Amino acid sequence: MTRLVPVLALLALLPGAARAAPEPIKVGALLAVTGPAALLGAPEARTLEMRVQELNARGGVGGRTIQLVIKDTGGSPEKAVSFARQLIEEEKVFAIIGPSTSGESMAVKGIAEEGKTLLLSLAAAEAIVNPVLPHVFKVAPKDSLAVELIFQRMQRMGVTRLGLLSSNTGFGKGGKEQVEKLAPQYGLSLLVNEVYDKNATDLTAEVVKMKAAGVQALLNWSIEPAQSIVLKNARQIQLAVPLFQSHGFANVQYAKAAGSAAEGVIFPASRIVVADQLPAGNPQKPVVEAYRKAYEARYKEDVSTFGGHAWDAFGILVKAIEQVGPDRVKVRAAIEEMKGFVGTAGIFNFSPTDHNGLDIGAFELCTVRNGRFAPLGG
Amino acid sequence: MTLDLALQYLVAGLTYGAIYAVVAIGFNIVYSATGIINFAQGEFVMLGGMIAVQLSASMPLPVAVALAVVAAAAVGALVEVAFIRWLRKPTVLRMVVITIGVSILLREGALFLWGEGVRSLPYFTGDEVSSVAIGGARVSPQVFWVLGTVAVIVVLLEWFYRRTLLGWEMQACAANRDAAALCGVPVRGLVTLSFALAAAIGALAGAVVSPITYTSYAAGGPLAIKGFTVAILGGLGNSGGAVAAGLALGIVESFAVSVLPAAYKDVVTLTLLLAVLVVRPSGLFASGEAARLKEF
Amino acid sequence: MAGFRLPAPARVALLAVLVVAVQLATQASGKGFYLTQLTMTAYYALAVLGLSLLMGYAGQISLGQAGFFAIGGYTAAFLSTVDLSAGRGGAGVALATRLGLLLSRPDLYGGTTLGVNPWVGLVLGVALAAGVAFAVGVPVLRLRGHYLAMATLAFGTIVSAVVVGTQRLGAADGISGVPPFPFLPGLRIGGGGADRVANYYVAWGLVGLAMLLLGNLVGSRTGRALRAIHGAEDAARAMGVDAARLKVRVFVLAAAMAAAAGVLLTHYVGGIGPSESSVMKSVRYVAMVAVGGMGSLWGALSAAAVLEFLSLRGVFGAHDDAVFGGILLLVMLFSPDGILKIPARGLLERLRPRPARPGEGS
Repeated sequence: MTRLVPVLALLALLPGAARAAPEPIKVGALLAVTGPAALLGAPEARTLEMRVQELNARGGVGGRTIQLVIKDTGGSPEKAVSFARQLIEEEKVFAIIGPSTSGESMAVKGIAEEGKTLLLSLAAAEAIVNPVLPHVFKVAPKDSLAVELIFQRMQRMGVTRLGLLSSNTGFGKGGKEQVEKLAPQYGLSLLVNEVYDKNATDLTAEVVKMKAAGVQALLNWSIEPAQSIVLKNARQIQLAVPLFQSHGFANVQYAKAAGSAAEGVIFPASRIVVADQLPAGNPQKPVVEAYRKAYEARYKEDVSTFGGHAWDAFGILVKAIEQVGPDRVKVRAAIEEMKGFVGTAGIFNFSPTDHNGLDIGAFELCTVRNGRFAPLGG
Repeated sequence: MTLDLALQYLVAGLTYGAIYAVVAIGFNIVYSATGIINFAQGEFVMLGGMIAVQLSASMPLPVAVALAVVAAAAVGALVEVAFIRWLRKPTVLRMVVITIGVSILLREGALFLWGEGVRSLPYFTGDEVSSVAIGGARVSPQVFWVLGTVAVIVVLLEWFYRRTLLGWEMQACAANRDAAALCGVPVRGLVTLSFALAAAIGALAGAVVSPITYTSYAAGGPLAIKGFTVAILGGLGNSGGAVAAGLALGIVESFAVSVLPAAYKDVVTLTLLLAVLVVRPSGLFASGEAARLKEF
Repeated sequence: MAGFRLPAPARVALLAVLVVAVQLATQASGKGFYLTQLTMTAYYALAVLGLSLLMGYAGQISLGQAGFFAIGGYTAAFLSTVDLSAGRGGAGVALATRLGLLLSRPDLYGGTTLGVNPWVGLVLGVALAAGVAFAVGVPVLRLRGHYLAMATLAFGTIVSAVVVGTQRLGAADGISGVPPFPFLPGLRIGGGGADRVANYYVAWGLVGLAMLLLGNLVGSRTGRALRAIHGAEDAARAMGVDAARLKVRVFVLAAAMAAAAGVLLTHYVGGIGPSESSVMKSVRYVAMVAVGGMGSLWGALSAAAVLEFLSLRGVFGAHDDAVFGGILLLVMLFSPDGILKIPARGLLERLRPRPARPGEGS
């Protein structure tokens, strides 16, 4: 609740606030602000706070301000369930943004559906929206899109023997499942397939195993510092194969942490991380630049893909409310029919059968050049 | 497995092992002086890394590390003075719970101060990709820094305990607190000192390993669990045993990855710990006799 | 004053009155939604009560209670979500269905799945936890002090690592989509709004039952033997108490209670994740026992009810762990006998009529 204080204080200063202001629209958020998934949830929470404040300073949407209720789940499903019921039954929120992780999203989607409350999940797992539930959407791109983009590249590079490392988190698990499923379609054999602890401090033994097995490419799927560690360890033992990472790497913090070991690594990323290098005509350029500038000015830290998901979810919700007014049924329908929404993760085209709305174009293969992210090209 | 590969696994194991050993030594110092297992020892390691990273932005690296060690020692002493010193005859259960409480507060304090982000110091020598060839294996130069630090710590501790008056007094304090007090040993001050020393060693370790492992507010817990395991395997209070057990465990873990799924690496380690606790609680290297005399 | 204590059945009756009063109050004030968190609180309280018996009466610390909770919860979640529809034609499945071991149920998307009857999950979950507790307890409970703390910590961490490392248990995502538990005819343990009041009474009814049984146990010969072990194990042994066997029994009982709580909460919430097995959860259980006072079942129950309820309502926000750590530290520093002991004793003593001063006439 203390998070709301500055927002409310700001509201009081607005001209006309003294007049009987229309009741604010309550939006709930279930985010893993602390705990093992804090690397996802914390930037998401900061992004939402920033956007709500901005929007309210401009007068809100349709003359009504937004009241944000963030609940920190600590990444645990039992809390997510408790809070989801609280937000729906007690706070009677208009919509819920989150949860941050796939496990929590799977745990609360039934509750949102039962409570006829819109849920805009920020997690990656395909199962969240497949099969489709009317009130459940997700704005993070599917893992399979990232995997396919990587595999297409590998195929062109002539890779047939692959080594996979993933962390024992929901993010790592999601990627691992898609890699295992899709590898045969791209003629790839998984010679090594290891899961390491998210707190792993050194992965030399794992990369040595890769070297021993004679892999032609190494793919790592995680969001933890381990993704920088694996790069360093691979370079140190001189594992001379192309190194690939997941879109979890798309936070320049990790490239910095790996220093020169990150040079040349290939990973899919939403365009947000290469905002400044996008060609002028790219439709996403203004959106991602706006987010990047606002976030980095306010919080003095680099943007990440994950904060971008919160940006997108909030933008989609506000756009739908602008279009049809604050009516639950109409807003749900409006999102389901929304086309061409330009977000940080890509261009969303929802439909009654696709509650994710992103295609493989959401990602672009990027690399690290001279310590900076750059589109890979070619 | 070729010889080169085996050597590479061995070197990787030594790296893990050295990290575990240095955390375990911190446990031992406090345990020797007080009979307390300080569950917050992992947090001292975290603090060392975090403070050094913070300071290194505005001063040369060696100064930053030195100051971080001093700061952590101060925190260690403060913890003892604030939470431990004034308790009269606390039960073991109470001490365990208090140090767990301290560890949670230090962790949450670090989260509040530094956020959830991940940090590290630059490599002391070379950079992220540099490595040195040993036979057919390649090793990061930072590994030598870690191994060297462990060696220096062990030698200095040995010298301290055997050759200095303070060290003698500390051993007396460990052997029999009441008797030591009767002989005029300033028992209370020594206990505070042992916390400061353990924190300092933990912090030094945290700073030296951070280029390899990175550090974040939550890094203490997992290190502490490995540290306990090694401290127990080596025999509580036995620093030489901790080094031997640490390196052995590191090597076992490293080779285990070549045959077992890495996902269950910690299961193997902890099962080993349980087994040793049950079969030989005095540790693999200590004599059972000594441990029985010291049951707290 | 200090000598006056309500007998256990009367206390349980008081608890029952309180439980009914709370429900009526929430209903009257239109705040029926509080019952969701109150019901979850009751299940966590069951796990805490088991630990209270172990720590407070038998004097044995356990940093692995969440491990047993998770064993129960995961067994229930795994068995009730495994879909055996594909094997419907097989003889084994048909026989099991006829015996009532399997149940068919509709899923979220309008199809049906065939899963194991939650009663089977309950029995197996509790039995598995009890078996593991026995196997672990026999050797481990011979240890004392730090060694026992570490051994139980290691056990809890092993359960956590196995859960996170096993794909069939959902790894980091855990298991979701756990169906309601047909507990009694017309009464399902599950989170649906319609069953909320009934679920609340079931959960707190189980707590009341546990208090009654544990109250009896504590007051019995066994209870006295346990307290003797806590006080001075060697002396108790000398008096002919089979300390080792008693400790193991209490350890197994505590584990079984945690596992039962885990099974029921998993059905109520509709899933379980690795967070339930984490060391931090075990530490929270210890904190609740400590706050309530070692050796006080009612204290542990009160502490669990208040702290867990506030936590589940998100009152502590992002400082949830810090609050538990801080409380744990303060209680252990200033009042290791529990929070109820400080103000009460001091205040009551000061409320006695003051002694007359010399020369003060009457």
